[in-house]
Amino acid sequence: MKDFIIPTDDRDLGTPVRQGPPVTLQIDGFEVTVPEGTSVMRAAALAGLSIPKLCATDSVEAFGSCRLCVVEIEGRRGTPASCTTPVAPGMVVHTQSEKVRKIRKGVMELYISDHPLDCLTCAANGDCELQDMAGAVGLRDVRYTAEKTHFRPRDTSGEANRQWLPKDDSNPYFTYDPAKCIVCSRCVRACEEVQGTFALTIEGRGFDSRVSFGAKTDNALASDCVSCGACVQACPTATLQEKSMIELGTPTRSVITTCAYCGVGCSFKAELNGDQLVRMVPYKHGKANRGHSCVKGRFAYGYATHKERILKPMIRDAITDPWREVSWDEALGFAAARMRGLQEKYGRKSIGVITSSRCTNEETYLVQKLARAVFGNNNTDTCARVCHSPTGYGLGQTFGTSAGTQDFDSVEQADVIVVIGANPHAAHPVFASRMKKRLRAGAKLIVVDPRRTETVEGPHYKAAHHLALRPGTNVAVVTAMAHVIVTEGLMNEDFIRERCDWNEFLAYAEFLSHPRHSPEATEMLTGVPAADLRAAARLYASGGNGAIYYGLGVTEHSQGSTTVMGIANLAMLTGNIGRQGVGVNPLRGQNNVQGSCDMGSFPHELPGYRHVKNPDVRAIFEQAWGVEIDPEPGLRIPNMLDAAVGGTFKGLYCQGEDILQSDPDTKHVAAGLAAMECVIVHDLFLNETANYAHVFLPGSTFLEKDGTFTNAERRINRVRKVMAPRNGYADWEITQMLANAMGSHWAYTHPSQIMDEIAATTPSFAGVSYEVLEEKGSVQWPCNEKNPEGTPLMHIDGFVRGRGRFIVTEYVATDEKTGPRYPLLLTTGRILSQYNVGAQTRRTENVIWHDEDLLEIHPHDAEQRGIHDGDWVRLASRSGETTLRATLTDRVSPGVVYTTFHHPETQANVITTDYSDWATNCPEYKVTAVQVSPSNGPSDWQEAYSAQANQARRILPAAE
Amino acid sequence: MRIYLSQDTAAKALGSEEIAAALQAEAAKRGIALDLVRTGSRGMVWLEPMAEIDRGKGREGFGPLTLADVGALLDGSLSSMGLVEDIPFFKRQTRLTFARCGVIDPLSLDDYQAHDGLAGLRRALAMDGAGIVAEVTASGLRGRGGAGFPTGIKWDTVRKAEADQKYIVCNADEGDSGTFADRMIMEGDPFSLIEGMAIAGLGVGAAKGYVYLRSEYPDAIAVMNRAVDIARGAGVLGASVLGSGRAFDMEIRKGAGAYVCGEETSLLNSLEGKRGVVRAKPPLPALEGLFGKPTVVNNVISLASVPVIFEKGAAHYASFGVGRSRGTVTLQIAGNVRHGGLFETAFGVTLGEVVNDIAGGTASGRAVKAVQVGGPLGAYMPVSKFATPMGYEEFDGAGGLIGHAGLVVFDDTADMLGMARFAMEFCAVESCGKCTPCRIGAVRGVETIDRIRAGDSAAIEVLTDLCETMKDGSLCALGGFTPFPVMSALTHFPDDFATHKEAAE
Repeated sequence: MKDFIIPTDDRDLGTPVRQGPPVTLQIDGFEVTVPEGTSVMRAAALAGLSIPKLCATDSVEAFGSCRLCVVEIEGRRGTPASCTTPVAPGMVVHTQSEKVRKIRKGVMELYISDHPLDCLTCAANGDCELQDMAGAVGLRDVRYTAEKTHFRPRDTSGEANRQWLPKDDSNPYFTYDPAKCIVCSRCVRACEEVQGTFALTIEGRGFDSRVSFGAKTDNALASDCVSCGACVQACPTATLQEKSMIELGTPTRSVITTCAYCGVGCSFKAELNGDQLVRMVPYKHGKANRGHSCVKGRFAYGYATHKERILKPMIRDAITDPWREVSWDEALGFAAARMRGLQEKYGRKSIGVITSSRCTNEETYLVQKLARAVFGNNNTDTCARVCHSPTGYGLGQTFGTSAGTQDFDSVEQADVIVVIGANPHAAHPVFASRMKKRLRAGAKLIVVDPRRTETVEGPHYKAAHHLALRPGTNVAVVTAMAHVIVTEGLMNEDFIRERCDWNEFLAYAEFLSHPRHSPEATEMLTGVPAADLRAAARLYASGGNGAIYYGLGVTEHSQGSTTVMGIANLAMLTGNIGRQGVGVNPLRGQNNVQGSCDMGSFPHELPGYRHVKNPDVRAIFEQAWGVEIDPEPGLRIPNMLDAAVGGTFKGLYCQGEDILQSDPDTKHVAAGLAAMECVIVHDLFLNETANYAHVFLPGSTFLEKDGTFTNAERRINRVRKVMAPRNGYADWEITQMLANAMGSHWAYTHPSQIMDEIAATTPSFAGVSYEVLEEKGSVQWPCNEKNPEGTPLMHIDGFVRGRGRFIVTEYVATDEKTGPRYPLLLTTGRILSQYNVGAQTRRTENVIWHDEDLLEIHPHDAEQRGIHDGDWVRLASRSGETTLRATLTDRVSPGVVYTTFHHPETQANVITTDYSDWATNCPEYKVTAVQVSPSNGPSDWQEAYSAQANQARRILPAAE
Repeated sequence: MRIYLSQDTAAKALGSEEIAAALQAEAAKRGIALDLVRTGSRGMVWLEPMAEIDRGKGREGFGPLTLADVGALLDGSLSSMGLVEDIPFFKRQTRLTFARCGVIDPLSLDDYQAHDGLAGLRRALAMDGAGIVAEVTASGLRGRGGAGFPTGIKWDTVRKAEADQKYIVCNADEGDSGTFADRMIMEGDPFSLIEGMAIAGLGVGAAKGYVYLRSEYPDAIAVMNRAVDIARGAGVLGASVLGSGRAFDMEIRKGAGAYVCGEETSLLNSLEGKRGVVRAKPPLPALEGLFGKPTVVNNVISLASVPVIFEKGAAHYASFGVGRSRGTVTLQIAGNVRHGGLFETAFGVTLGEVVNDIAGGTASGRAVKAVQVGGPLGAYMPVSKFATPMGYEEFDGAGGLIGHAGLVVFDDTADMLGMARFAMEFCAVESCGKCTPCRIGAVRGVETIDRIRAGDSAAIEVLTDLCETMKDGSLCALGGFTPFPVMSALTHFPDDFATHKEAAE
């Protein structure tokens, strides 16, 4: 198995790819055939002839400023720039001639006359395009006596040089050194075209032209910069440089792998010296990210070496004891004995597992296998329970597959983009950048969200409609949209007749047509003006390719599954399914939520979403595993906790998830955990759940193991072992050791063998193997005999379930209601710089952007309560209370407050309730009735919690 | 009593407003019913402020006026220069584009029509787009902004481009030193530009036009804005041009003071509200211009010449000129000359005729040393090249360029090394900063010329190489043409460069 992949064709071809009929031309005597619209520069590069360049890079459109890439074209006057000149049939190009060589040398002489020649001590030494080009054009002499420069702090007479600007190192991850800037504008263009933030600009003109973060008085940190790294990536010199490169030197090897943060699943090139990671660079051939990245994936990997990371196994008899570091054998023996003991004492079903959406498919598969094959029960669940379980259910019921319908490339062909209950700007930033690019090109945006999120409006785009609904009324809004489409005759009847069940449609249409579903009738309920809703529905139905993207704002409700079905109905009504530019796309929260669901993590489903009650399905696994599988579904996470409090559930193996912080109603979770007799936490850090654990198994990071992640577009991406696990073992090995300690005889020696087992047992993965992934880079399931190349688009000729099924979506208000004691509605979400419970990102420099959770409150509500910006406030619900600081903003409507859940000090989930989705138990995180009042500081609960955590995290010095 | 008095900016600079006020006051005092018609300029700047009175024999000229002449002018005792049209500088001109300028009240649409205005537009309205473009092509009109690109070909490219929206953009960012033709026609006959743009719009299928007018021309901006309002009110512009059912409307947009925004792609960026930096071509503005739509970008004089082409016919226009330079050239004579001003004549007149004959040699009376033709990026033409006829190819062959047809004359006291340095400095100040040869090259150019001045003869080779790099490597004409004045100064006046060396030694 080839673990280290050194990318072979990672060259910068200078200008972006074009689609078009083939054009054949001649370059330096070689015939080249490329798509129409391709630049001469790219055509030459594809033919293996590299034309010198500095301002061109294939992530942004050609600019034509450096003048190094001039060529001669027969029959044309002058020396056109090859980057801005498109190919033409029969064109004869000469990339080398005395004339162009002279121009290139002349231009380079000018560049170097304004550049500090400190190459040997420069951080970009060996990684500098200016250096490369000076060599390529054969510059041997700089004859100018430069008086005016940008790189000398003092001029020749010793006076301060007004043109010299100091290095800006305000950003934690990269520096901007204006002295080294060649003003190629690649950073500015990357910020505009790739990221879409427009934080960078060129200040001044002529010789005074300078790259600037915002206004002259701003620095990188104070500017609009979101630290995505696109500018650093684009910079050809050391002007924008990773601090890690400055510190650690030029990397000498690289491995392609997949980011372990959100569900976009960006491909990265990990660049290293030995096992020292120098930087993570977005991989241009990554099909999810197409060479882009965000602040988390690009820079926030420092947690892997954070001092709080636990590297040795630990055990203790009681959670009141301090931890004791022990050998792996002792820890696993202790855990196995306890778990088996519990089963003997309380029964086979008294223990269970929670699989991790952050671990690999192979690891998740093993953990659910542990429950089914070793524990002998179906007590397996995963964090998808608390995020996208309604997606699995809703899309499974309507379309027949529990996944999104498109690939991310599809957004480039969307005309109307509907974002419901999601803020991709913060939570799926790389997808957001791709979406914003399409919006800047003219696509229309409809946002359904109680908050005016960053996604609603950005540089050079603005949502055509922002439906700021009252939290908890998604079903009413989605149904009202369908009402408009049906009653105004905007549905696609041909599509419905051909692809869906017509009778079900008629029943649904009759249901919808009732005036109680009209926007006018629901306006009082949802707070969305009827005219806006009607206009939005018309736009979606008739504006061309309509694509829906949604997030946890849809699923995490008592009617989450209903909303998902309502969304599916909208797509079916309008025929927006089964081709590029349309579809229904859940934006998955964690890197492998899709994968953990695919791998049979749910208590009722074996891998591939097949119900455990079906004997034929069980037979497959019984044969593969050589055990008998329990036909009864097991416990969901909330059931496990309830059962624990009730005394029937006693032992839990929890891999890579912090249920205490992430799951709702923290007090109930804590009570459940406290009631268990053996909690095994398998994680990188002593997380909050570990405060209640008896065994701690140190985990490995995504950098330290092989495997696969499946992203939100069903793309199976390879995770590659970049370095040896610092804790000694990859997570799949640890699960295997635990299984074997409990009497099994698993003998996997590489995750590829686990994937082979998955492929052999799961039809949608039948064609997946590590060999296939090496060859293709990635594939989207289903990948099998019918779809050997994988499936970028689902439901092209028909729905997977046969005919699309319309399901009636009646709005039922949540039981969580505001009243005199709790008059405000709390909704929760995320912020760009932090990820989920923050276990990783809080242990990186990302805290500079967000070091505490804040409560967003409308100035009107704040005024009534005497709350000022920055005040400590008490946030209370019927579940509990916490304190945090308030920030006043009209982003939230009056009556709605908002916070994030990234910091354990805040524990926003103390507030959230135990209400959940009717179909899947997905918690209703997004609606909690609360009261906000001024406060002096942390609540008693917070102080008690903090004391308990400190107590529980004590580690005895290792016995020598 | 009717008196015509110019209110052109040049006339105002020479005191026409004081004359106008004095005339009004004096007439009131004397109880004379004065009908003071404010016109554009006849273009004879050394005669401004110039008044004209028609006493039955045609319009006689009085100028340059001083306040002391006001009384005499009113009582008829001031001696006239005779008929304006007989003044030799005027008489030998061929006024096609400027036929009305200085004659009519610029903001009287009636006056405009009385002088054949709108005849061209009416004729164009009877033609289809292809016919209109064919007429312009047949006239041989070429871009008067400097590049001399055939206007008909440009229009045809835009006409054939498929788009839901097309634009006519008039480049009125007249920034070349010694040029004023654009300003003069906009102040003196704004409807001719409006009419020309409307015809262009009909020809290529563009319903919207913009004039990008430099902020340094406040009077022209005011006149153009009022003229557009008047034209719209009279149905010349709007949803139905002259009741034809075909739409064309336009707006005046003010520049922000950057010379480089006279370059068409920078102009488009600026017009879109972006930084005024040059765009790479292709794509041509004719296909992807303003807001990415097919766009005609033409100079003021190009567009203002269109009405007379349609009024008198393409053949008439094309009957003037030399070689491939057809029609008239609107020379702007400035610098050290006796008779400066606007001189419209058929292409073909030689540079020597213009300088010595028409302009009457230098104002200082000293020998002419050089003439910079075509603005700050134009070559310094030595006396030895005075036989060069005014024509695009003819000037190109002589190592120069006509540009916007501005001429700045220098006598033998001019320091040509200083002029070369100024050219580089101008480029450094006005560079948009996008391309390297211009951004860094111009600064290094100034430094290198200073080395030559200080006696470093090796720097001459460096300067020569730099000019080659800038000429062949720059993205637009700013960096690309700066070598013209520099190298022409160095080539034709080597002594001015050598002298310094010797002086230093």
